Amino acid sequence: MKLLERKVPMSDLNKDAILEVRDLAVEFESPQGWVRAVDGVSLSVAPGKTLGIVGESGCGKSVTAMSVVDLLPKPMGRVAQGEVVFKGRDLRGLSNKELYKVRGAEVSYIFQEPMTALNPVHKIGKQISEVLLLHTKMTKAEAWDASVEMLGSVGIPAPEQRANEYPHQLSGGMRQRVVIAMALVAQPDLLIADEPTTALDVTVQAEILDLIKSLQAEHGMAVIMITHDLGVIAETCDEVVVMYAGRVVERGAVRDLFKEPRHAYTKALLASIPSLDHPGKSVLPTIPGTVAAIDDFVSGCRFCQRLGRENQSPERPPMVELSAGHWVEDCPQCHEKGSE
Amino acid sequence: MSKLLEVENLKMHFPVKGGVLMRQRGLVKAVDGVSFFIRPGETLGLVGESGCGKSTLGKAIVRLYDPSAGKVVFDGQDITKLGQGSLRPLRQGFQMMFQDPAESLNSRFSVAQVIREPLDIQKLGSVADRDAKVRELVEAVGLPASSVDKYPSELSGGQRQRVGVARAIALNPRLIVLDEPVSALDVSVQSQVLNLLVELQEKLDLAYLFIAHDLAVVKHISDRVAVMYLGKIVEVASSEEIYKNPKHAYTKALLSAIPQTDPERQGQRIKLEGEVPSPIDPPAGSAFGHRIKHPRYEETIGMDLALVEIAPDHWVAADPCCLSEEDWEKAQELM
Repeated sequence: MKLLERKVPMSDLNKDAILEVRDLAVEFESPQGWVRAVDGVSLSVAPGKTLGIVGESGCGKSVTAMSVVDLLPKPMGRVAQGEVVFKGRDLRGLSNKELYKVRGAEVSYIFQEPMTALNPVHKIGKQISEVLLLHTKMTKAEAWDASVEMLGSVGIPAPEQRANEYPHQLSGGMRQRVVIAMALVAQPDLLIADEPTTALDVTVQAEILDLIKSLQAEHGMAVIMITHDLGVIAETCDEVVVMYAGRVVERGAVRDLFKEPRHAYTKALLASIPSLDHPGKSVLPTIPGTVAAIDDFVSGCRFCQRLGRENQSPERPPMVELSAGHWVEDCPQCHEKGSE
Repeated sequence: MSKLLEVENLKMHFPVKGGVLMRQRGLVKAVDGVSFFIRPGETLGLVGESGCGKSTLGKAIVRLYDPSAGKVVFDGQDITKLGQGSLRPLRQGFQMMFQDPAESLNSRFSVAQVIREPLDIQKLGSVADRDAKVRELVEAVGLPASSVDKYPSELSGGQRQRVGVARAIALNPRLIVLDEPVSALDVSVQSQVLNLLVELQEKLDLAYLFIAHDLAVVKHISDRVAVMYLGKIVEVASSEEIYKNPKHAYTKALLSAIPQTDPERQGQRIKLEGEVPSPIDPPAGSAFGHRIKHPRYEETIGMDLALVEIAPDHWVAADPCCLSEEDWEKAQELM
């Protein structure tokens, strides 16, 4: 395999992307001044496709996703640089009022914990209707009917009755479906799902993932799936971005990445998960150390920093393309060259 | 082989109260007639959907609840009816560890105090002995010696769970009930804690009841696996056997729902309609047969769906709704 040392920014390669994030940096205020939690992240997703973002907690996955329609906590967080191009226009240039129209209608979110995403004192039918009342010209009655229909299509039995219930009357799986119904009712073009099934049982998880998939096939919705469950990634995503310490270290088609991970971090992450094929009670490979605190991030390769390797170049390793669409951060020690 | 823990027909029912007068309106049958055993030094994995009664079962065994019926025999002694006073010395033998280390550790206690507390309660050794024991435990679970003076909030999730492990093994127990011990942790940290648990088990000859919903993790650590559905155990077998050769329809559905990283294994999922039925008013017959609307459900009303040993050391509920034709015939002969 030939190593293609292309210098073009990765994002230029995806012409039909609905969302393109270019060189995004997000900073948070700390006693030491502004620290960079996300440092030069580029990614893109096309209509009808699913992009996965993986990495340990504290790698900047959720922060990256939240900055798309500017949901960062203010004033502690800010987008310091980069572009977020959604359907051809840079969302960073939009006023809050304009963003308000994008959120929920064109881009919607599913957060991990369904109980915190629902208002405990409103009926779930009302909470779903609200999205439609805000973003469409529907009347209250029409919005209610559409909400009931949506509840039915996310697999909630007896939706007419359920719409009149409050969040606490539903089980965890049902609540997460309500959150999904709310996210999907306005038929967004992009769904950002942050650990949508982590709190759920495997059987419910399987149903929810199937549901997202079928809605995606129907409406051509693009999905960004953030999860630490690599099984979920393998089953739902077309492309995967591996994040470590605020940066993308590897990116590629899901098959390439699972079959031939080329960054030491991706390899270590994949190896540390117990699989059904492992002999029982064997020693699982672990990743030494922990993700450094944000204010300790070095400018050079951060996985080398974690492993305590010395004499590192202070330069940020460039991204190189190994084969079509498979990119890796080219640190001399972490990029494991194969048969190239 | 000898049995360290034996649970016989254990039931844990909770009253449901409601209305203005808070009269009892029903019973939540969280655990409804469960029997199993754990041998010394082995791990029994317990899996099932949330709300099926896994955690309640764990708590009833270590007597954080008073079981409604049935028997818990630990090391030959019936502990079901013992009062707290006579139970206390026996508690050295069995410990429990919880899911979220941030919530289960007292945030106002230093690491040393957290680990010391069980030693103080049991009044083991002199003060100097206990301090030495704390240092020994901190080392055994792989925490830096400097961490004894820290508070749980200053530690990472993985380190906090190590403190939980140190506390659980402080009294040299023979059995630890682990309730979702790694599900709050990141994958890389999860593997470190799993390695620690396996290492300590070998070193200290510990038996584990490992409650979790991650089936790959359970397979990794368990010698045998029990599958629970709506307050009942429906299948128990060695972990190799149950993953390769599941007999009960629920076990099959559960295994097929695990997301696979291997693309060749994807896509043979068994769909489960509906929700787990409520334990407040469970179906009269086979609970899983009711959920999948099996044509033979009516037959199971009033039937004894007890476990039968369908193959050596492989137990499954004798339930016509949930077994293959062939297995059901075999099960009938064994009843």
